[in-house]
Formats: sequence, structure tokens, C-alpha cells
Amino acid sequence: MLKGNSVVFVDGVRTPFGKAGEKGAFWQTRADDLVVKALQGLLDRHPNLDQSLIEDVAIAAATQSGDQGIMLGRTAALLAGLPVTVPGYAIDRWCAGAMTAVTTIASAIATGANDLAIAGGVEHMGHHPIGAEFDPNPRFVSEKLVDPGALSMGETAERIHDRYPALTKERSDAYAVRCQEKVASAYADNKIQPDLIPVAYPSAQGWGQLDRDEHPRPGTSMEGLKDLKTPFRPHGRITAGNASPLTDGATVCLLASEDKAKQLGLPIKMRMVSFAFVGVEPEVMGLGPIPSTEKALSKAGLSIDEIGLFEINEAFAVQVIAFLEHFGIADDDDRVNMYGGAIALGHPLASSGVRLMIQLASQFEDRPDVRYGMTTMCIGLGQGGTVIWENPHWNGKA
Amino acid sequence: MTNYDAIDFSPLLTLADDEVVTHSYVRDITLKSGRVLALITLDNDRDYKRPNTLGPKSLLELDEVLTALTARAKAGEIAAVGITGKQYILAAGADLSKVRDIPSADVARMMGQLGHRALGRLGTLGVPSFAFVNGLALGGGLEVALNATYRSVDTSAAALGLPETFLGLIPGWGGATILPRLIGLRRAITVAIENPLKNNRTLKPAEALKLGLVDAAFGPARFLEQSLAWADNLLEIKYKRRTFQDGAFTRKFWWPTIGKVARKTLESRIGTVPLAPYAALDTMVASRKGSIADGFAREDEVLAKLIVADQFQASMYAFNLVQKHAKSPSGAPDKKLARPVTKVGVVGAGLMARQFALLFARQLKVPVVLTDIDQARLDQAITYIRGELKTLESKGRLSADERNRISSLVSGTTDLNDFADADWVIEAVFEELEVKRDVFARVEAVVAPDAILATNTSSLSVAEIGAKLTHPKRLVGFHFFNPVAVMPLVEVVKAKKTDDVSLATAMAVAQRLRKTPVITKDSPGFVVNRLLAKLLGEAMHAVDEGTPFDVVNHALDPLGLPMSSFELLDLVGLKVGAHVLDTHHKAFPDRFFESANLHKLAEHGKLITRDAQGNMTGFDPVAVEICSGGTNPSTAEQLLARVQDGLADEIHRMLGESVVVSAEDIDLCMILGAGWPFQMGGATPYLDRVGASERVFGSTFHTPPIKGV
Repeated sequence: MLKGNSVVFVDGVRTPFGKAGEKGAFWQTRADDLVVKALQGLLDRHPNLDQSLIEDVAIAAATQSGDQGIMLGRTAALLAGLPVTVPGYAIDRWCAGAMTAVTTIASAIATGANDLAIAGGVEHMGHHPIGAEFDPNPRFVSEKLVDPGALSMGETAERIHDRYPALTKERSDAYAVRCQEKVASAYADNKIQPDLIPVAYPSAQGWGQLDRDEHPRPGTSMEGLKDLKTPFRPHGRITAGNASPLTDGATVCLLASEDKAKQLGLPIKMRMVSFAFVGVEPEVMGLGPIPSTEKALSKAGLSIDEIGLFEINEAFAVQVIAFLEHFGIADDDDRVNMYGGAIALGHPLASSGVRLMIQLASQFEDRPDVRYGMTTMCIGLGQGGTVIWENPHWNGKA
Repeated sequence: MTNYDAIDFSPLLTLADDEVVTHSYVRDITLKSGRVLALITLDNDRDYKRPNTLGPKSLLELDEVLTALTARAKAGEIAAVGITGKQYILAAGADLSKVRDIPSADVARMMGQLGHRALGRLGTLGVPSFAFVNGLALGGGLEVALNATYRSVDTSAAALGLPETFLGLIPGWGGATILPRLIGLRRAITVAIENPLKNNRTLKPAEALKLGLVDAAFGPARFLEQSLAWADNLLEIKYKRRTFQDGAFTRKFWWPTIGKVARKTLESRIGTVPLAPYAALDTMVASRKGSIADGFAREDEVLAKLIVADQFQASMYAFNLVQKHAKSPSGAPDKKLARPVTKVGVVGAGLMARQFALLFARQLKVPVVLTDIDQARLDQAITYIRGELKTLESKGRLSADERNRISSLVSGTTDLNDFADADWVIEAVFEELEVKRDVFARVEAVVAPDAILATNTSSLSVAEIGAKLTHPKRLVGFHFFNPVAVMPLVEVVKAKKTDDVSLATAMAVAQRLRKTPVITKDSPGFVVNRLLAKLLGEAMHAVDEGTPFDVVNHALDPLGLPMSSFELLDLVGLKVGAHVLDTHHKAFPDRFFESANLHKLAEHGKLITRDAQGNMTGFDPVAVEICSGGTNPSTAEQLLARVQDGLADEIHRMLGESVVVSAEDIDLCMILGAGWPFQMGGATPYLDRVGASERVFGSTFHTPPIKGV
């Protein structure tokens, strides 16, 4: 008989996010090693946990070849030294890979198939530039199923500007500037660092150790963003300043049934309420979080007003403000991305979902007045994913 | 105390023009506590196939970097210094590529001094230093770590060790001084002297941790991250280790005794000829006195002597033979000619045949069929092989699955037709021409026309054995040394008609068996037995002429061979020994002695007496009696000179006859097939340096001769 277990987010960590490319810290570091380091770092935080109790390891990557190939979840488990009895698999839903790893593992826990498992994701965009191995079916073009621009994420973001002229480049840039500010202050308040697993990396100048994200540019100003190039269109609106940069990084988290977590004395940082994935037109993939959020809210029987904290992935600023506009939330609402987001931190595609959860979990702890929070993100080829979480620290007063 | 800063190292640097420099890259690492650790990465910018080595330029660069860091430590900019290596490798040791060019003891001394100047700074930075041993750390590489205040090791590091004494040196960049203080004298002797003498054994990381050589061990996935966190913690708690592992009482009263016992043990194992192990022992025992700097000065003096000594030069030569020359065998045909071997036939079921079957099955992992006319003997052979595999499994050297696999590969048959699809057949039958000829005639009747046939003969002509074959081109000699599993050499004998395909296949098979093949001509005794026959023939002849056994047995002590002449004869077996002498006498009657007395001794069956542990105690009185009556005794010196000259003459002739391509091949054979020591360089460097070559043929095997300054 399948059960109806309550699923909890026990703990999550990530590697610092590095700049993709030859100048980035992780240029000479393998993607699977990033996962292994994060995984070991996660388990180090729970030294009394009997690792043989881990029942599955789901690791996502958008490109599943080379150092992101060979069934990542299983390779990571073996390389991290987990008992050979711990199984694992690879999973892919592009940018929502880690989020899908979480919801898939959560489903297994909810049904009682598992009680304790790992979910996470990695993307080494330096080693695996987006689209490098694409071989799209010619039918997409010949039957006009999808506009060729749908495979260029920047072009899909430009299209959101096209569709909603009220979403101006200035609003996007202003959002991006605030993101940089929020990241800087979150770092200053030591909100990010506790969940980072430092990564030592080889380089031509010897070994270094990355213990914070490489991308953030504190002090970014509207003035500074104004004249950046618009690589996707002449006189377009999407720039390196209001989009997430190419990034290398890995995330992992430990999920459990609530009963198991309590029995093992593991912390409970978040309780899953509902989740949903919904498709949209691939040409405006950034709008995905709108229907997925509506569906997740509906499944949870909640209204948008009951969500006290939002972690929305910032693939592009315009896609975030489109979401906010739809739900009647101000661009600078302080419930949204309190610690900043991907525009400053980077977006290593398939790993970002768990980063959102790590940040939401950290905010929950500080905000017992908040009962519900949400992690949501857009997904290439036109999808959105949303997971709604309950704060176990909620004090019942709000 | 030596002021290393005042020394001008330019004479060393002139030798280092084309040094592959191991750079010392520095990056500041902010630890979790906020402390800054300056991390040095040793990296020669090559891939893992070219490990970091430390030559003069590398040391000077490290020295500069550490000097700068000392200043930064003083200024309060850094709280610690770390040192680690490029991926998989800390450092493989001193760069020894130019040591043969060192012109004098004074320049040799600088090798030690420059190492001390650079590495020593790890101990005088003013802040603690941490060596993160991330991989291979041998010799000077491990000494980098020893000079640091604390050490962590990657649990997957390939090896840690101090092989210097194996090469005729001592661990002279602080190793001989710091190690005994750090882990205690007894353990230090194991690491720096006993292990190198055990075929250059090294330590696994877990062993190093257990010995106290390193302070912590972390897994490879996050070795550096965990090491840095560990260092941060030691800095946090202001950890201080005591200077000496062994207490003051132990040092004062026990170290001299430990030293004496170790010396005795060494003498019984390796004799007194090799200099380095004893020099290392003395330096280590002396390290209890004075400061580390005093110890460094002692090491400098020892290195100054050893680097320019004959033994080190010969050892380096031997080391290169084994490491490099052995891998590109002289006269080998194109590897691509080798035919695949998918099934092996072994003729015979005796001790040798069993060892072959076991080795072939284990290494080639193909079916191995033994054949014999006697089913009972076959059954015994199979039982023996399965038992050996069982033993390997119980020692953890084979998994149960692997043991099952190999066990099921070995079978016995009385029906030679089971060889029909074998592509490699080797015989291990009685050493008699007709017997071997008969065996191959019967084998040839059943196997494919292109199956390779191999004979393990040690004294017969391969061509003679193959004379009646329909396809003699496929017969090759394949001469192992006893015990087959242990001795690394295979003499691959190219008979006149042996074709390149057979030869290439034999070379490939030997290499797959993890043996070192040397190609020799089809001439009596090939290489090893011919030279041992020369040596034993001279020894036995001296006895026959009335030289006392004891004098003969010690006459060759100055060579430092692994065992004395009569221990060797005893090991070979008196009957076999007599046969070997006869064979060589027959082939070269004017140069090789036969000995009627040896036949009598073989009949008698006993030559030497041994104690319960198997150590030789003396000679059997009856044996002495049997050989008495000679009237022309030699002195030890006369015999030594005769053997030296005899060997030089024989090797000179062998090279003239093209038994092998070069003197290097001869030396490689003697090192790997007879265990002749590195300090002799095998045979020819020794014969050159004692003047035998000059006396016999008016020149030397090597130009310039391989010897010290």
C-alpha cells in the first residue's frame, strides 16, 4: 500500500558558484567532482547519520555527457564513498533539474517508497556550454512547431519584453541592480556562507579554494548597466547585466519523510506542501512560473497572498518582473529573493532549484512569522516549476 | 651551524641548464576563521607522467618564495604556510638527472646544502607550516613534508617513502635527522633503511599515518578542503607537538642499542659492502644530539661523500636500467607483430610446470592446459595450483570471484589433442635434448602450424631442440628464473631460425606476465647462467686446488652479492650446479672449469650446514673431506681477481659474440635474474671501476666509466 508521508527538506548545501570558462575557478575541476564535494560536505554536517539509510541519489544535469554523464546520481554516490547499496540516477528538466530531482524524490518519499534520499544538480557551463550538443529535430522548424528562437534563452527573454511593453529595460536593470545589492548585504550578514561547501581547485597558478560565489558585482549601478551590449538583438533589452551569467556549480539536499527525520533526530528546515510543473509556449519560456505557480497554489488550496517568501530563479530580470506583475506584486517587494538571486549569483542550470530551496530554508529560520514560501523557476522549451513549502518554525501568529 | 644563505650555489646551477623546473606557485587562502594561509603548489607544469622533481633551480625558487613568506609572516599578513603538489603528486624527489656530472665532493655537498636552505625554511617561517601530501611523495618530496610543522596525507596517495639508501644515498634534506625525532628511531629505520632494501618498498598513506609520519589523513574527494579546515583548527587550538617521539631516556639509553641491533641485522642481510644504509643508520642515531641544524650539517657531509662515491653512480645507472632500459628492450621486433595468445599449453606437471601454469593463468587470464602422461601427477598439479590461488585469496590478493575465474582456467589432460587450439605452448620437461625434441614433435602434430612453441631450457641449444620441427621458426627460448613468481627476468632466446612474429609474441607474453624480457642469442647459458657458471666454476676450482672452503666462500665478499658462492650453489642444487658446470665446460673447455669433486658432493648430497633459521653456519665435514687434497691453494685476493677478470673477459666475449646487444643488457640480466646489487651496477660498472676490464681487454665497458669522482 502506498503511503501518504509528509516530506521534509532536511538540509541543503551547494558549492560556491564559479564563473564558467577558462578564467573561472572551476575550469580545471570536473562537474561530477563538484557534486561529490557538495554531497560529502552535506553529509559531514550530519556525522551521526548512518549513510546506508540513504535510499536514493537523484542528480540533475542539463547536458548529460562527459563529466556530467554516466548516470550522475550513481557515480556521485560511488565517488562520495556512500555504501555500494545506495542507488542513484540522473535526471533532467534543464534549469529545473534539481527542482525536479527534489519533486521526484519527494514523490518517492510521499508514497513510502523511500524515507531518506538525496536530490541535487550540477551544471558546469564552462565544460558544457548550453546548446553545444543540440541536434534539434528538423520537424520543429519544418512544421513551425517552435520558433528557432526558442532555443536561444536570451531571445525568449527579449520576446517577453515584446509581449509586455510595460516591462521596460529600465525596470529589468533596476531589478538587477537591487539583486546585486541584496546579494552583497546577504553576504555581509553571513546569510549565504553557512550553506557553502568550499571547493579547492587546481589552476595554472597553483591550488586555490573558492569559498564564495565568483559572479557578484557589488556596486552595480543603473548607469553601469545602461549601455551594456544587447547580444541577442541590436538595440535589444537583454544584457549581461540583467540576465544570469554562465556559471559552474553544484547543489545537493537531503529529503526525508517527516517521521524518519524525527526518528533519526535530523533537522527539519522545510515541509513540502505542493508542487507543479506546467508548459507554456517555448518562445516565451520565462513565463512558465506563472501557470505552474497557479497550479501549485490550487493544489495546496492556498492563494498567492498566503505566500510570505518567494525564491524565484532569475534567469532574466524580465521574466521575474513578468511573474510579479501577473500576481500584482511590486518589483521591489521584500518578500521576493531576499538574498538576491541568479543575476548576481549565477545560474548553473540544473543545479539552481536546490539553491532556491537552500535560501528559502535559511529565510524560514529567520522568519517564524511566515508560514508558506515558494520556490519557482522558468524552464527552457517553455515550462515553469513551482514548489510550495511550509515553514516548520512558523509560530502560528501570522 | 652552517650559514646556508652565505653559500654560492652557482657551481650547482651550471649543471641545471635544462632542468625541468618545479615551480612554487603561491596563493593566499582565507580559512574559515579568517586566518590567511599562503598555499604553495609545487608544479612543473607537466602532466602526471612527469612528476615534480627538485633540482637546483626548483629549490632556489622555493627558497625565494619561502623567504618572502617569512617576511609576510613577520608582518602579520599570514598565519600559516601550506605546501602541496600538482594533482596526484607532491614530488618524486631530488632531480637526479645531472648527478653524474657533479665534479667534486664540494659541489656534491651543495646538493645537500641547497636542499637544507630551501626546505629548512619550512621550519623557520615564524608561523606553522603544513604539508598537504596530496599524492606521491618520495625522497626529497617526502622531505619537503618532513620539514613542515604538520602533515596531512591524501588516503589515495600512490606512495610515500625514502628510497635514498636504495640508490646509494641517505635521506639528506632533513629526512635522516627529522624522521627519527618525529616517529622514533626504530620506525625511522624501517622507513628509511629496511623498506628501501625490500625491493624499494614504499608506504601506503594508512601506514604513514599509523607510523606518525603524517598527522592526519583525508579522502581524495575533498583532501585539500579538509586539510585546510584541519590546519585552521590546529591554529585555533594552538596545537604544539613535542619535538621527539622517543623520550629523553629512550634516546639516551636505547637509541645506541637500537642502532647496534639494526647494524647487525643489516650486516647479516646485505653484508658490509653497501655504504649508504650504514651511513643513513649512523646519521639517524646521531640525530638525538644537538639541534636540527646540527643534523642538517651531518647530512651535508654524508651526502658530499656518497654522491661522488662509486656506489651511488653505479646505483643510478642500475636504477635507470630497471626503470627505463628494461622498458625498451634491445633488439626487439615491432610490437605489432606479436600474435594474440588466447590459450596456453604447458607440457609437464612438475614444480616448474605448475608455477608456469599459475603465472600464465593469473596474468594472461586465458585457459591454461597442463599435460603429462601421469594422471595422478596432473591431479597433484591442479590441486597445488588451486591451493596457491586459495592462499592468495586468504591473503587478500585475489577476490573470491577472481580466484574462481583463474581456478576454472587451469585444467590438466593426458590427451595432447587438448592443445589443438592453443596458440602458445611452453615445455617444462626434463633438461635433455631428446626428451624436449620428442615433446615438441608430438605437440607440433596437434597444434596449428602458427602456434608459438617456447622452451624453458637453461642449458640446451634452442636450435638443437627445434632441429626436427617442421616449422622451427616458431620456436623461441623462454627462460625463467626460480622462483618463477618472484624473479623478474625472462631471457627470451632468439634461435637462428626464430622468426620475428614468434620473438615479438614472446616479448609481449613476458610483458603481460609482468616480467622483464631480455633478448639473448642462442648460446650456452645465455647470460645469467653463463656468468654464474663462471663464478661458481672459479670457486669450485679453487676448492679443488686446495683453497679452504671458508676462504673461497668469503673471497667474493667485496662484491656484496646477495649470497656467498656456496650458499648460491646450495640454492641452485649440487646436482644442477654440477650439470651447469659440465655444460659450460663442454661449450668453452678452455675457460670454464668442470669439477669432479662437485659431482661427488652432489652424490653425498650435503655441502653446508645451517641453523634452525636456515642461516649458514659452516661446511659439512664430509663435504670438506671429499674435496680435500688440493695442493695449489689460492688466497682470497687471488681468487677475487680471477673472478673479476673472468667475468670481465666473459662479458667482453659475450658482447663480441652478440649474445646481447649491450653491456646494459648484461647488467639488467644480472640485476633481475641473479639479484646482483645496484651498487655494482649489475656487473660491468663494477668490473670497470676495479680495473678488471682494463686488465683483461685494455679498455672499459663504459666510456667514461661509471664511477665516482
